[in-house]
Amino acid sequence: MSETQPATFSKNEMMIVAAARELAGQRVCFVGVGLPNIAVNLAQRTVAPDLELVYEAGVFGARPSRLPLSIGDPTIVTGATAVTSMYELFSFYLQGGLIDVGFLGAAQIDRFGNLNSTVIGDYDAPTTRLPGSGGACEIAINARQVFVIMRQSVRSFVERIDFRTSPGNLGGAEQSERIRRQQGWLGRGPSVVVTDLAVWHFGDDGEMRVDSLHPGVTLDEFRATVGWEPKIAPNLETTPAPSDEELRLIREELDPGGAYTR
Amino acid sequence: MRDAIADVVRDGDTVAIEGFTHLISFAAGHEIIRQRKRDLTLARLTPDLIYDQMIAAGVARKLIFSWLGNPGVGGLGAIRRRVEPATSGGPADGPAGLPRLEVEEYSHFGMVGRYTAGAANLPFYPIRSYFETDLPGANPLIREIDSPYGDGKVFAVPPLKPDVTIVHAQRADAAGNTQIWGLLGCQKEAAFAAERVIVVVEELVDESVIRADPNRTVIPGLIVDAVVVEPFGAHPSYVQGAYDRDNRFYLDWDAITKDEDAIQAWLREWVFGVDGRAAYREKLGAQRVAALQPGSAPSGSVDYGSYR
Repeated sequence: MSETQPATFSKNEMMIVAAARELAGQRVCFVGVGLPNIAVNLAQRTVAPDLELVYEAGVFGARPSRLPLSIGDPTIVTGATAVTSMYELFSFYLQGGLIDVGFLGAAQIDRFGNLNSTVIGDYDAPTTRLPGSGGACEIAINARQVFVIMRQSVRSFVERIDFRTSPGNLGGAEQSERIRRQQGWLGRGPSVVVTDLAVWHFGDDGEMRVDSLHPGVTLDEFRATVGWEPKIAPNLETTPAPSDEELRLIREELDPGGAYTR
Repeated sequence: MRDAIADVVRDGDTVAIEGFTHLISFAAGHEIIRQRKRDLTLARLTPDLIYDQMIAAGVARKLIFSWLGNPGVGGLGAIRRRVEPATSGGPADGPAGLPRLEVEEYSHFGMVGRYTAGAANLPFYPIRSYFETDLPGANPLIREIDSPYGDGKVFAVPPLKPDVTIVHAQRADAAGNTQIWGLLGCQKEAAFAAERVIVVVEELVDESVIRADPNRTVIPGLIVDAVVVEPFGAHPSYVQGAYDRDNRFYLDWDAITKDEDAIQAWLREWVFGVDGRAAYREKLGAQRVAALQPGSAPSGSVDYGSYR
């Protein structure tokens, strides 16, 4: 297909499309700040029309008619199934166990899917102060599974994250499963990581494994953006390119200003 | 507004201007800046542009929060310059001779739990967050506790009882009975937790309007100390059904906030250079204000019934 259809999409568009496709078959998704916001809105218009969008601002069942400018946009209210207090949202919907997928971004990730969105450097004297947890910490613990979308580089895909804001598979599957069971977490942990270069899933050992590279991405280029020796699926595939309809939805309906796709 | 802030907000207070993206009382924040309040502890889940402006103006010594940023756009330079030693030029002092900002950090649910405990007069609030994270290490007020019923561990957060909570709303009556629709955030919890409450509204309505739709009342006048009528007082944030977020302002702020001189110039022009919201709105221009007007999407109405 890629021979007859030259690649005329950006890396960011590919990332958003690949992330949206991962939501096929999912029912209730808690939408994190930033890139998850556009990915879930694309999914609702393509592979997951019945997806219930949950926003931490206090909305269940959002049907945004424009791309929300932030996760507190008025378009997530008008036409929604329910508007709740944040107390109700976090207590009953999230901690109560109703969220199938928590969709998060982050500044740093390690091989086990632990996430940092708090600081780069030392906490008390950071080189970069990042936004902090917001709801990410409790989403990572209480959502049944976690999807991550973020751009991939040696600065973001690191051997050791500077601060653990949101737990992933901790030090590996064995430890993660034991602690989750002992402490009664509802979440099973991260299951998907989508980047501007690749789609990763998690192996039985709890470590990320790349399953497909986006069109045009070479294995050397990919390796150069990961701060550890990445596990590569034996049957590594090429992510199917975005369809015309997926690109049209992003460019004409969701992000005509290019805020997410530049 | 001038009287409400002068009477209710005191130097050294813990002040919460709440509102999750929606209904943020920029008008009250600007008046606090104009009155040169000092040594405030500012609490808010999402310190965004208004706290960046207040912190740039030097009203605060401490920030209690859970997510720090310009929502959907980027970072907050004034706050970052006072917490990052590299950008503030040294380990001890921030720009313009202001000391490093003290920070006390939670997650969203942690902050909501804090207000809830404060409102309900509880010694702490238990949540299933923070397991296996570095947050309790960064903030010793987040503490792991055993369930008294022997079924595992949870984390406790302490009550947060602001001296003053300030809430912007669509409407209230003269007694302060306040109605909100759209995102509710944690304004109710923050108001009930506070010692004193200021409500700022788009519209003052007759008591009969409130009583005709009591399910929409979020804050009762019983806990309200001052009602301020300040149309457009939430700009550049939004008021559901009245005006949209002025996204151009949020984008413009991204450049202003990176430059300490630009922030101070902005404060001189848009805060110290106007005497209140009416002048601010006039300065902004009728065209820009009109462009923020949303279309209409009325709710149906319900029949509460008459029971004599």
